[in-house]
Amino acid sequence: MAEQAILSYLETHEEIADSGNFAAECGIDHAEIVNAIKSLHGFLYVESQDIKKETWVLTDEGKRYAAEGSPEVQLFLAVPAEGSIAKDELQKKFDPAIFKIGCSQAGKNKWVEMGRQVSRKVVQVEDKVKDLLLKIQKAQVIGQADINSLKARKLIVLQTWKGYSVRKGPSYAPQREKFATDLTRENLQSGDWEKLKFKAYNFNAKGPPSECGHLHPLNKMKDCIKRIFRMMGFEEMATNRYVESSFWNFDALFQPQQHPARDSHDTFFLKTPSTTMQLPEDYVERVKQVHESGGYGSRGYNYEWKREEANKNLLRTHTTAISSRMLYKLAQDTKQNGFTPKKYFSIDRVFRNEAVDRTHLAEFHQIEGLICDRGLTLGHLIGVLEDFFKRLGMSNLRFKPAYNPYTEPSMEIFSYHEGFGKWVEIGNSGMFRPEMLQPMGFPEDVRVIAWGLSLERPTMILYGIDNIRDLFGHRVDLDLIKKSPLCFIGIK
Amino acid sequence: MPTVSVGRDCLFAALGQTYTQEKFEELCFNFGIELDDVTTEKAIMRKECHLEEEADDDEEVIYKIEVPANRYDLLCLEGLAQALRVFNGKEGTPAYTLASISKESMLKIHVHKETSKIRPYVVCAVLRDINFDEASYNSFIELQDKLHENICRRRTLVAIGTHDLDTLQGPFTYEALPPEKINFVPLKQEKNFRADELMEVYKSDLKLKKFLHIIENSPVYPVIYDCRRTVLSLPPIINGAHSSITLKTKNVFIECTATDLTKAKIVLNTMVTAFSLYCRNKYEVEPVEVVYDGGKSLISPELSEYSMEVPLSYISRSIGVSLKADEVASLLNRMQLRAEKGAPGGEQNIKVSVPPTRSDVLHPCDVMEDVAIAYGYNNIPKTKFPSSEVVSLIELEDLLRLEVAMNGFTEIKSWILCSSQENFAMLNRTDDESTAVIIANPRSADFEVVRTTLMLGGLKTIGKNKNKSKPIKLFEVSDTVRLDGTKDVGATNVRRLTALYCGTNSGFERIHSLLDRVMEVMATPFVPIGDSSGYYIQRSDHAHEFLPARQASIIYKGKHIGMFGIVHPQVLKNFDIPDPCSVLELDIEPFLQA
Repeated sequence: MAEQAILSYLETHEEIADSGNFAAECGIDHAEIVNAIKSLHGFLYVESQDIKKETWVLTDEGKRYAAEGSPEVQLFLAVPAEGSIAKDELQKKFDPAIFKIGCSQAGKNKWVEMGRQVSRKVVQVEDKVKDLLLKIQKAQVIGQADINSLKARKLIVLQTWKGYSVRKGPSYAPQREKFATDLTRENLQSGDWEKLKFKAYNFNAKGPPSECGHLHPLNKMKDCIKRIFRMMGFEEMATNRYVESSFWNFDALFQPQQHPARDSHDTFFLKTPSTTMQLPEDYVERVKQVHESGGYGSRGYNYEWKREEANKNLLRTHTTAISSRMLYKLAQDTKQNGFTPKKYFSIDRVFRNEAVDRTHLAEFHQIEGLICDRGLTLGHLIGVLEDFFKRLGMSNLRFKPAYNPYTEPSMEIFSYHEGFGKWVEIGNSGMFRPEMLQPMGFPEDVRVIAWGLSLERPTMILYGIDNIRDLFGHRVDLDLIKKSPLCFIGIK
Repeated sequence: MPTVSVGRDCLFAALGQTYTQEKFEELCFNFGIELDDVTTEKAIMRKECHLEEEADDDEEVIYKIEVPANRYDLLCLEGLAQALRVFNGKEGTPAYTLASISKESMLKIHVHKETSKIRPYVVCAVLRDINFDEASYNSFIELQDKLHENICRRRTLVAIGTHDLDTLQGPFTYEALPPEKINFVPLKQEKNFRADELMEVYKSDLKLKKFLHIIENSPVYPVIYDCRRTVLSLPPIINGAHSSITLKTKNVFIECTATDLTKAKIVLNTMVTAFSLYCRNKYEVEPVEVVYDGGKSLISPELSEYSMEVPLSYISRSIGVSLKADEVASLLNRMQLRAEKGAPGGEQNIKVSVPPTRSDVLHPCDVMEDVAIAYGYNNIPKTKFPSSEVVSLIELEDLLRLEVAMNGFTEIKSWILCSSQENFAMLNRTDDESTAVIIANPRSADFEVVRTTLMLGGLKTIGKNKNKSKPIKLFEVSDTVRLDGTKDVGATNVRRLTALYCGTNSGFERIHSLLDRVMEVMATPFVPIGDSSGYYIQRSDHAHEFLPARQASIIYKGKHIGMFGIVHPQVLKNFDIPDPCSVLELDIEPFLQA
């Protein structure tokens, strides 16, 4: 109705000067007229210009006084013309807010004598406030001083009124055409598609959200790193073994039994199953020997090695437990069939009994790569690390001497981070100790170089995430998973 | 990794030179330690007390230095400074000696056999004529704390007691007695306590309560007496007050009680090697005889050097640098390992003497590592393994294919060859003969040209599958070919992505959503028209395969890379498709030209 009123009016008139007046003349609600103008404007039927007007309107309190009279007048009228009334009694006649305002205004106007008894000081009063409020209600003009006083008493507020002036637009027609929003099968079948007029698309907004599946950013990163390892000729180790014995996790790695990492504040030990049932006994004996008294050129740690410690089950603290099993297997195979060089990698979950914070979780993913071959040198280790990290986008590396119980030499890997403007540690590496490899049964000249890093750290850097809990675990930010872009690490 | 706090100025004085922080960090990096934090004593206090006072300029700067967990010799300023001085070539490794003293005049400690029930080992030593100042005295106390915290595993394995020898009278006894029989004035107390009462008192002592469990439940407690029954200590809990050391102490008696003898010896060696520096006879330590029940005895400390013969070839072949014996020897000398060229003839060996400070050296590989550190890890030439590369466009294609499939679209593989009619007229396009590669000898009209557009295959597929349930959602990532005068052969491949939707309505929004998703996974932001930092969509009318005004250009980083729109009903008819259809087609190569 509103739309037709506008279009018809414009058929014979140049302009609708004020949508407010137009609404009043047509007897249509102004809001409805405004909606019609906006819609017609969108389809270029009309052109419109904003009109802004500011008017004073009554607040709820103001409306009440306009109807019932101002509190001061109400109060004055409640005081008897002759004699006086007890204040307590007077108070009972009003609601507390009205009474309080009435007393203060009537007192200020010197209309009444306030005390325990209240009496009139003047014979009669005029309700100027009510009169002013009624004038405003009727949109009549009142003086600035009065406006200020009503405003101060919060009886009126300024309201901005918005309306439009309207003229014909480039696509004006006295009747609105029907616009199609889509091409349908019916349109094709009936052949009416040729006559269809379409509603313009709004390309300033994105399309509706797509109903698609999403892969987790950690796994996207994992896929990239797997690809890098494969390009470098590494094969993946099966890592589906979270429960591990201390033996494979620590002892086989020549990690002494009093090493701090074996404390319960760093490692999750198990109540059930608490101990491991089976270990390769002859190998265990060689490991015990090398810990206690050395051998293979080593002095050993010279302490009493306890089988009970080695038997304690735990959740693996590093995937190197898997590496130690794989290397042991490889060494056994070497005894049978001769030595075959290997390049292994793994990316999987490890567990640490750590306090959880923005950068630490009790679970995380470890990336590990190792090469087992004859004649390997530190130069090979540096070479393979440069290749690997260059593919991860880190080409400026430095190596720092470090300590790790199962590697010697050990090197911490640092990369220059342009964003932070400093060298940051990005991983650890080293050459496995002979005390680890030779009890397994490897020939003396077989070396293993290896390195490790977390999957979370590079992922957080790549995706700009600073709280690990947003990335991993059930507190994850689902939008973060959905919005994470493709991972091109190792591609470009 | 343990951290050691040392005064920067004291450290530089001990190093005989000052450094900028950057230069000092570099030295640390090369040696294998790390400057973890730079702070001041007062700043630490303020932090502990949560005060927010302004820092004074003259506060002494403290360096917190992280050291390797197996280098106990670096746990105090004295040892750290010495290691760095030697590393810098400023001095050689000191030779530590035992004072030559006859066995008769040697101090003795008798070990009672009951100690085997609780803490069976003790080793001792004396630092004679020592001269402490405030800094070295504090360092002496702190080193004990550091050792207790690290190698001593919070005193379970080893506990150290240090005493003013001049207040005591040897020989000593190391006993294990029922707690109620032990009575003494402990350190920082004025009155006498019985050991069992003392344990109760310490249950509320923040520092000591964590050690009580080590002996608490034992029927006997270990205790050391002098010959006048003065209690030296109740290890591993507390020393006696009587023999406590002060700044003025001249002769220090050190006892280490332990459950692990090897570690007790390392701890004692660490203490005496670091602080014999302050004795009148520098680097000289007075031994103590430990006599066990049954007459067996040992002399402690054991300061003899451990000798190793390491083949030069092992070192060179492990590091990957060919080094001469002399070079290796001088590199090792910088790591506090005294080394010399072995006897000529046969395999060239390096004779290495490992001093008592270097308990971490277990195997020739540890020696080899020290050569590598002194040589400089970052000076070692790298050796590359063979490895392969990938073609980024192919990898991008694979990642995008997976992403589009995850959006619910089914992949097709369509023909590259087509008829000229299909490639142009059927798509409402005119062949201006400047775009398509034309086949000279086609067997049939199906092989006239190489497609210039990918949507063709999708439309043909839908036309031949029109009886399938709707909607049909297809995609393909593949190459089209266009004529290109800049190429040697005059034509070039263009890799594109196409996606089609066909249903009861056009599915234009679904295609639009897919485009948004492709851009999202390419980390490309949606930007206002004209902005070249992302992508935007512009209304278009000019492509005749689409309905006018039902089509849009895709502008990626300022460049037109493709279109999407509702397929023109005439085109649908040409391909025998009875249902409305929307199509997206774009070049993916621009994604790699970041």
